[in-house]
Amino acid sequence: MPSPMKAKHQRLVLISIAFIGLLAAGLIAAYALRGQASYFYTPGELAAAEVEPGQAIRLGGMVQTGSIKKQADGVTIDFIVEDGKGTVPVRFSGITPALFVEGSGVVAEGRMDRAGFFVADNLLAKHDENYVPREMKDMTSADVKKVAGTVAQP
Amino acid sequence: MHRGNKGRCRYPSAIDCSGKLTQRSLMHGFANPTRFLSIARPLTPALMVTGVIMVAIALFLGLFNAPADRLMGETVRILYIHVPAAWLGMAGWTSIAIASLVELVWRHPLAGIAARASALPGAFFCALCLATGSIWARPTWGTWWVWDGRLTSMLVLLFLYLGYMALADASQKDAAAGRNGTARVAAIFGLVGAINVPIINRSVVWWNSLHQPASITMGKSAIDPAFLWPLGMAVIGFSLIFGAIILMRMRTLLADIRIEARMRRLAAA
Repeated sequence: MPSPMKAKHQRLVLISIAFIGLLAAGLIAAYALRGQASYFYTPGELAAAEVEPGQAIRLGGMVQTGSIKKQADGVTIDFIVEDGKGTVPVRFSGITPALFVEGSGVVAEGRMDRAGFFVADNLLAKHDENYVPREMKDMTSADVKKVAGTVAQP
Repeated sequence: MHRGNKGRCRYPSAIDCSGKLTQRSLMHGFANPTRFLSIARPLTPALMVTGVIMVAIALFLGLFNAPADRLMGETVRILYIHVPAAWLGMAGWTSIAIASLVELVWRHPLAGIAARASALPGAFFCALCLATGSIWARPTWGTWWVWDGRLTSMLVLLFLYLGYMALADASQKDAAAGRNGTARVAAIFGLVGAINVPIINRSVVWWNSLHQPASITMGKSAIDPAFLWPLGMAVIGFSLIFGAIILMRMRTLLADIRIEARMRRLAAA
């Protein structure tokens, strides 16, 4: 006759199995959301994603250094968003956020036009994970080099 | 205050009152309310005083002494509230989950009390994290709110807290009225909701999000030491205060149960 399992051990095993199953299901579901739950396309993903012109999307990446060009009307700017796998030219009319500078992250809301321009209605500045004091903006550590060009006078 | 348990028990039958711990494990020892109170009583002010002092020093250093950020300027200072709040919002649910597991498996009544005591402080810090994040986001990102992975999963955590508190309240009322059907529902909910905690943690890795990825990962920090020292101190200080508040709330809940039991005895007499 098999010795009966203690009740609390039975509960522990049952709850552990149920919890691990549930955790796996939740994490797999979250992982599967990958495409849908992403807040924006990067230029590299956008090239592969076959987005229709006119469809509302968000585009995120780094503002290419030296690419911000003010247009003649004074409120429109053109710049290039890059992610190392591709580049997308962007046009935006309006007031840019304070952290919008060349070499830093940006998320643009808008749509592609037929000419391959991304026409943005709204710009969001994306802060990266680096926190550097103002006085140390010229430091040469690898972390800061990674985001070279973010040096700006606030 | 008398501590003896001879004769009659100060707790209703749901709570183990045996002062004798000879054949019981260490865990059972801590599950004994009398023994718990004798530890919690001196521990509460110790945690609270240390925590308040640490937070005061950290906030002074962070708000007045630390430099402004290269890009964010002065808004970086909200970090010293936002990061501890986010950490405690998630730590609160983690303790609910662990306590719920102990309650379900070992049926320790103190575990259920610990879980219920963690809910309100956890919800408070979760809400504080969302509020400070939103205030920081307006000047930094240019928007109060976006529906990206990190922000959305943190908002879900707040709703989980609200749901848990409603459930725990309802099951408490049921138990007081002598109905036992919903007693374990809150604990099961506490365990199931724990799935959200790793999702919050991984949200910035799995999905493109407007929220920046973690700055501190396994011994590496992308935060300059000038910001990091006050931040670490604030996190530890707020955690100590959090611990003290949970102990206070556990003592309050235990006292409530005792009052309830005494009232019932008086009514029966």
